[in-house]
Amino acid sequence: MRHLSTILVTLYAGLIYLFIFLPVVVLVLFSFQDGSLPVPPLNGLTLRWYEAIFADGKLMAALGNSLLVALISSAVACVLGFLAAYAFARYTLPASGLLRGLIVAPMTVSTLIIGLGLLSILNITGMRLSLVTVGIGHVVINLPLCFAIIYASMGGHQVNIERAARDLGAKDWQVMLLVTAPMLLPSILAAFFLSVTFSWDEFIVAFLLSRFDVTLPVEIWSMLRSGLDPKTNAIGSVVFLISVAFLVVMEFTVFRKTGKSS
Amino acid sequence: MAATALERMERRKAWAFALPALLWTGFFFIVPFAYMAAISFWTRQGREIVATWTLDNYIAFFGKAHFFKGLVVSLEITATVTVISILLAYPLAWIIAERVPKKWQRFALIMAILPFWTSYVVRSYSWLLVLSKGGVVNQALLWLGVIAEPLELSANRTGTVIGFVHFFVMLLTLTIYANLIQLSPNYRRAAADLGANAFQTFWFVVLPLTLPGIMVGAFLTFVLCIGDYITPQILGGNNELVLPQVIMLQLGRRADFPMAAALSLVLMVVVTLAYIACARWLKMERT
Repeated sequence: MRHLSTILVTLYAGLIYLFIFLPVVVLVLFSFQDGSLPVPPLNGLTLRWYEAIFADGKLMAALGNSLLVALISSAVACVLGFLAAYAFARYTLPASGLLRGLIVAPMTVSTLIIGLGLLSILNITGMRLSLVTVGIGHVVINLPLCFAIIYASMGGHQVNIERAARDLGAKDWQVMLLVTAPMLLPSILAAFFLSVTFSWDEFIVAFLLSRFDVTLPVEIWSMLRSGLDPKTNAIGSVVFLISVAFLVVMEFTVFRKTGKSS
Repeated sequence: MAATALERMERRKAWAFALPALLWTGFFFIVPFAYMAAISFWTRQGREIVATWTLDNYIAFFGKAHFFKGLVVSLEITATVTVISILLAYPLAWIIAERVPKKWQRFALIMAILPFWTSYVVRSYSWLLVLSKGGVVNQALLWLGVIAEPLELSANRTGTVIGFVHFFVMLLTLTIYANLIQLSPNYRRAAADLGANAFQTFWFVVLPLTLPGIMVGAFLTFVLCIGDYITPQILGGNNELVLPQVIMLQLGRRADFPMAAALSLVLMVVVTLAYIACARWLKMERT
């Protein structure tokens, strides 16, 4: 009985893991396809599609743009989120519940609506679509997340340490920068890394709010128009590798402390 | 007197810290959203948006089949995806929580959600590779002799559903696992002491206690699934469009901003209703 259930459990888990990994394995495997169609049979292995993507100026520019937008918009979202969290956790503001609700409101709305709204406003203000407008949109998406994560970690136990710093003559900005921020560093980093991954992967807002300079998901999107192409596999595999590397860094730096207990 | 001056200064400081975030959200979210809501009651003439108040866009949504059908298709696909994803994810979450040794659980979980972190666009494209006529699945089945003709697995609803299920199995595994791991083993011990067998313990004790995790995951699935444009656009073909595709179509070819805005608001109302239903249920569960 025990034996049978172990077999069943292993079989089920195996099948689900197969389902989960199938597309990724196929993606990576056929990025080495020696032929122009990334479907079976596998004709042989080649690195020429990787050469092709690294020689593709537009693709590499898009990759750079994506990194730039992700890092800057996440940094802005974290700074704004941290300041707001500090204000709401350390002071009493009138209607603070409502205002906090306002800051997290974009989280409850689909990104399509955020993008459409921004696009319609930009249309009447005449501001040109660029990476800046994409970045603005990504801050809107990530600010609620950063605020919520940092606000949640601002407990009462840090107040006494801040008070001690103040008694010892630290100014407000010194307290915030040299005392509060270092104490909250794990959650600030978690917020930052999560924002980066969201922004790095975000498509709809980037698609609606960009024109000539585009981010990587938008560029890959336009590559899809030509159908199945091993070159798309190659860039997809590179993106996957970057994301996994990122995840590994996150696992070992940010989440390890909190995850150890489990 | 001095105290109030100090208080006033403190309050001014608090505002200074909160204001950047509030202004950002106000300028780039609330104002655009309000403007879009207004536009949805306007019309367009050619490429211009004209500010005459009318309900025409909403009437068109309920009156014209291709708009309304978008919502119906969206709801059908979302419901299918949510149910299948829960059925597939629950056993996996259970296996990871109960059968995998403690020190391997974190690794098993990370592996189960690893492809979650691939780019969204790339993930849908990967499924196209797997499901297309010459793709891995069809080739394998043909080679095994299971089928004589390639199956139609992409460019239709099947493709969209498979692509979605893949994503949401990972998400739901995470939320259900988080719920399972919190359960005190005492519940199960008590059930066993009272004479319940393994199945009864699961069905009458463990499952009801993990309903909140299932509900939270199902709500996330609903919201993300119904608002998604990429997966149906890449895997679903052109025969039936979901609401986000209809919205993007208004934007692209027809440049009909008011109609797109109205459809977006309809989408938002549906999501809000789902949220209210879910929140109510969770509240009821707690009392």
